[in-house]
Amino acid sequence: MTATTTSARSELSELGRSETALRTFLHGLPGVDQVGAEQRAAQLGTRSIKTTAKAQAIDLAIRMVDLTTLEGADTPGKVRALAAKALRPDPADPSCPHVGAVCVYPAMVPYVAEVLRGSGVHLASVATAFPSGQAPLEIKLADTRAAVAAGADEIDMVINRGAFLAGRYKEVYDEIVATKEAAGDAHLKVILETGELATYDNVRRASWLAMLAGGDFIKTSTGKVPVAATLPVTLVMLEAVRDFRAATGRQVGVKPAGGIKNTKDAIKYLVMVNETVGADWLDPDWFRFGASSLLNDLLMQRTKLTTGTYSGPDYFTLD
Amino acid sequence: MSERVAVRKTYKLFIGGKFPRSESGRSYLVQSSNVSLASRKDARDAVVAARAAVKGWAGATAYNRGQILYRAAEMLEGRREQFVALGIPGDEVDAAVDRWVWYAGWADKLSQVYGGANPVAGPYFNLSAPEPTGVVAVVAPERPALLGLVSVIAPAIVTGNTVVVAASPTEPLAAVTLAEVLATSDLPGGVVNILTGRITETAPTLAAHMDVNAIDLSGVTDGELAADLEVKAAENLKRVLRPAPVDHDWSVDPGVTRMTSLLETKTVWHPKGV
Repeated sequence: MTATTTSARSELSELGRSETALRTFLHGLPGVDQVGAEQRAAQLGTRSIKTTAKAQAIDLAIRMVDLTTLEGADTPGKVRALAAKALRPDPADPSCPHVGAVCVYPAMVPYVAEVLRGSGVHLASVATAFPSGQAPLEIKLADTRAAVAAGADEIDMVINRGAFLAGRYKEVYDEIVATKEAAGDAHLKVILETGELATYDNVRRASWLAMLAGGDFIKTSTGKVPVAATLPVTLVMLEAVRDFRAATGRQVGVKPAGGIKNTKDAIKYLVMVNETVGADWLDPDWFRFGASSLLNDLLMQRTKLTTGTYSGPDYFTLD
Repeated sequence: MSERVAVRKTYKLFIGGKFPRSESGRSYLVQSSNVSLASRKDARDAVVAARAAVKGWAGATAYNRGQILYRAAEMLEGRREQFVALGIPGDEVDAAVDRWVWYAGWADKLSQVYGGANPVAGPYFNLSAPEPTGVVAVVAPERPALLGLVSVIAPAIVTGNTVVVAASPTEPLAAVTLAEVLATSDLPGGVVNILTGRITETAPTLAAHMDVNAIDLSGVTDGELAADLEVKAAENLKRVLRPAPVDHDWSVDPGVTRMTSLLETKTVWHPKGV
């Protein structure tokens, strides 16, 4: 994947025109060495990050958090409180940075928008019949338009796994293109739901498919199925964005989501980003964590580094 | 056939119902056995495990907690020889079993003795009930190795608290063996966590930890350290049990203070409606 000639680029942009071309390309991607990927991820997870490097990693991870609540029980009050926390995660320490974004359901977007306006914290909304994606296209697009109209500047869409697993790649591609258009200026994050894709080969194909169709970010999971983000899956996706930039010159972000609960996990991901795609991605514009409970653990670790004593969950808000 | 090579035991920590080595990888030698030398991070992990166990243990019925503690006494009795082999006098093991049973019996009785109805000037019931304070850090007495340890752990957990114990640095083998007793007693993981190693390393971390609700300084012999730990404990208003006198006799009737010092009182007003 090193061909960067103009002809290669135009070839890639033509792929979406035919089902056959798309399939030939996706199935022509090299297979993922499963054992190798898992071993590499495990090895990178053993790095020990201490003192000043750890302090920097924690602040960076806080800036990368997409503070998320996606529950049937979400209320305007609850999401407002979450938005307030996003602005000032640790009210006791003004030097604590704000998070990357708040991520909610479309119906909750207006309430969050009031709080976040002008703050620099992005407002993400899930759309396209999240989390299953099993709805007619018009409904998915209407969902997207409504979220953007209500003030979301990032859209987290789900791909049509039913179509993807059945091999109807063009349908998945067209849906992403249509959603991208419906989202307008809003950043489009494409959720692959890797827990339902079964193999790393499929993860690699879905990553490429999402990027070819114009996704600005590729995201692992909805957080609604048992297997969410894992280190090896994120490694495969990071390799895909690296190769995609080499081939097209366009940089795509990565967002692991679900199951990242503590600082240690978050730092493992940051190490992997640095080692796989380099420092270009070590920025909230290019790497995010979809999480809710992670933030409190980051704050507790941060407090430990600034005060020297271990803190407890009693001193941080419940999300 | 070649001669059999004996399998030697490494004495590990007891955290969350498991026996991990110290995260730091360090160990020290006691009675020619390797014993883990716990680090600050091990102390933190132990507090996390203890906190996670509070809900289930405090929420268990008093009767159930009593049954589990009786079972622990049975297991302790069954390992009598093992403790004797570690150099604990037989009498002390017996006293430790008796002490454990005595505290186990309090599980479903303490709230009657220590709680009750309060007389109030109004048409209400006013009731006070004792509740566990939460996570208790304990610095175990240096000796007697087993009786001292049992005398500080049992009163804390019988009411529903969970504990992180800094075991006696000079007598850690009895503490780890007691952990093996507890691990086979249906006691949920994390209710008792045992750290072996230097008190000067683990106790300050526990004393300063904001997620610890009380600290028992029974085994602290150094007055300066005790004062420092009390100052640290004041930060989040931990309940503090002061160090025991050096010549304290752990074999006499302990009374209920060790249990009642680690409780919070919940008082409720209830309209009579009759």
